[in-house]
Amino acid sequence: MTRQMTGAKMIVQALIDQGVDTVFGYPGGAVLPIYDEVFQQNSIKHVLVRHEQGAVHAAEGYARSTGKPGVVLVTSGPGATNAVTGLTDALLDSIPIVVLTGQVPTFMIGSDAFQEADTVGITRPCTKHNWLVKETDKLSGVLHEAFHVATSGRPGPVLVDIPKDVQFATGTYEARKPSTSHYQPQVKGDLEAITELAAAIEKAKRPVFYTGGGVINSGPGASQLLRELVEATGFPITSTLMGLGAYPASGEKWLGMLGMHGLYEANMAMHGCDLMINIGARFDDRITGVIDAFSPKSKKAHIDIDPSSINKVIRVDIPIMGDVGHVLEDLLKIWKSRGRKTNGEALAKWWQQINEWRSVDCLKFKQTGKTIKPQYALQRLEALTKDHDRYICTEVGQHQMWAAQYLNFEDPNRWMTSGGLGTMGYGFPASIGVQMAHPDALVINVAGEASWLMNMQEMGTAMQYNLPVKQFILNNERLGMVRQWQELLHGERYSHSWSESLPDFVKLAEAFGAKGILCKDPADLDDAIMEMLNHDGPVIFDCLVEKHENCFPMIPSGKAHNEMLLGEADTQGVIDAKGSVLV
Amino acid sequence: MSALKIKKGATSHSAYNLRPNFSDVIERHTLAVLVENEPGVLARVIGLFSGRGYNIDSLTVAEVDHTGHLSRITIVTSGTPQVIEQIKAQLGRIVPVHDVHDLTVEGKCVERELAMFKVTGKGEHRVEALRLADIFRANVVDSTLESFVFEITGAPEKIDAFADLMRPLGLTEVARTGVAALSRGD
Repeated sequence: MTRQMTGAKMIVQALIDQGVDTVFGYPGGAVLPIYDEVFQQNSIKHVLVRHEQGAVHAAEGYARSTGKPGVVLVTSGPGATNAVTGLTDALLDSIPIVVLTGQVPTFMIGSDAFQEADTVGITRPCTKHNWLVKETDKLSGVLHEAFHVATSGRPGPVLVDIPKDVQFATGTYEARKPSTSHYQPQVKGDLEAITELAAAIEKAKRPVFYTGGGVINSGPGASQLLRELVEATGFPITSTLMGLGAYPASGEKWLGMLGMHGLYEANMAMHGCDLMINIGARFDDRITGVIDAFSPKSKKAHIDIDPSSINKVIRVDIPIMGDVGHVLEDLLKIWKSRGRKTNGEALAKWWQQINEWRSVDCLKFKQTGKTIKPQYALQRLEALTKDHDRYICTEVGQHQMWAAQYLNFEDPNRWMTSGGLGTMGYGFPASIGVQMAHPDALVINVAGEASWLMNMQEMGTAMQYNLPVKQFILNNERLGMVRQWQELLHGERYSHSWSESLPDFVKLAEAFGAKGILCKDPADLDDAIMEMLNHDGPVIFDCLVEKHENCFPMIPSGKAHNEMLLGEADTQGVIDAKGSVLV
Repeated sequence: MSALKIKKGATSHSAYNLRPNFSDVIERHTLAVLVENEPGVLARVIGLFSGRGYNIDSLTVAEVDHTGHLSRITIVTSGTPQVIEQIKAQLGRIVPVHDVHDLTVEGKCVERELAMFKVTGKGEHRVEALRLADIFRANVVDSTLESFVFEITGAPEKIDAFADLMRPLGLTEVARTGVAALSRGD
């Protein structure tokens, strides 16, 4: 179906055709015609953020918690450049985002016009793909293609730059139809390779599933298949930060998160396994530790939809290119048809070993005295919220790692965190996006005070749309992770790693018209958390915690999985000069 | 080492027989990249190389299929086998890239480059330059009493050799197109 309409109207029409219900944005000169169309319709909700970075993170939160693409609408120049951090964040974590930017009119491009920036040039390396649309007739096709590219294959952010004259001009609108684009990533895995993996599963003595964000991105069906596979084989499973929730934390095969601040049993299992089955993870440096000593004795299989992820960091023996859901379905079928065999005897021994590692109880801590330990705060938060319909966001730093360690995720799409880019300031706007998508759910942003301040302007957004997001700030008045590294690597010289002149968070909340809660005594913690949960509206929870608590376990830079530090006693002189170069 | 040919949407799984030996030997590979002829596509390819720290030894690009809007980018690059595989995989990931061929591993290929050399001089040098040009089958495309412009096509090594010979004879300027390459046979 084709119709004549203005470019601005096409944009709204294309969003409606794509099933978009929410747009996060901020108006400006170069998008006024689009905002005029937004004003004249009721199908799409527009959320006015307070900074364009917030818009992109909110869209990421929306996307991660729903599986649908998040949509952003911002103006040219500074509107677009402010979106760059969010785009890069979405690129590294493979989050489908469609960003629409206004641009100066085509006849002014290149003249250093007011609020002109080379948006497609600037965002080329931080998007999966981007377009500058110079003709209104091409606009609808590009918009539909943008959604196709953002959501197909390995998902990612895309950007469409739309000059103002293209928005005003009239052209032909083409309705959404099945994509004829040449971009059609392969989703089915090679059956021969999958059969090879099935055979390896039958023989494995010390197997481990190592899963990542790819399982979540593949959709709830993939998580279901993963759970079936884990239960059927009885193999232990660990996951990256991005993959938490694909397999339930309450499952008995669950080893907890792996990696730099992962659990002892998870990292030891990775180091000692003889078959590693990587499902939708990418051997990130936070996971592998020093490459030369990474899981030295294992055969490695890698399921990934992105061919460039395979053999990029770690050479694997069984590469399988395809969508996790499709490959797991075939793998289960093939493995079952071959008789559902595993090496039961060896597996029992392997579990015995794993249970020994588990008995180290690497997350144990003692809550003593009158100061709240951050671990204790999260333990209580978990206990008091686990039965809620709950979504957790985080900022970046120690609190993020503690949240991953002490909170339990039972389902996919419940955990929103900036993994690849490590963007401080991600969590608060993300929690806004999550709450928009799930108005009745409990949305908590576990934050550090320093990260939280980076996008605190979004309190205005939370108030305007009455989004009852809970900002659970573990306030140690420090840039905790930076401080921890300075302690371990830089001779305890704490260069600029403390937060001075902090606001009074309770008064800050009140200044926005929200509720503020201060808690500093462990004895008051439960009541304070309940007060937060019972308040219908945004809450800033200022939880004053132990200032010098370090995050353990920790694989120090330049070390292997079996060289973890379990606590303070292990930290003396462990990181050598070579390791300290790494980040 | 076998080829990694990434063809998006294809049902063949040629990448599965990918078994690069992880050696440290630097190899020179000629890649043919078929791309949608759209604005910014060359910037994407070049940006990939600079952003990820890969080498470009030579690069040529031109539209080869006007109706299909396809351009062919020929890139000569160098790196360890692992880096070469990664370059191909990363190129395949760019949305407007249709096809990536590694001509170096997909069988024999013909590589040609065009170059122009300005040689200035008098007397014996001038005669010698002309004689060598004849041996190399270079054409004179411009001439004054004290200069020649030679045009030469051939494999890059032949052009290098010609340049080496011309240098003592008064070589003052060189322009080279970079390598264009096609696989041999059908």
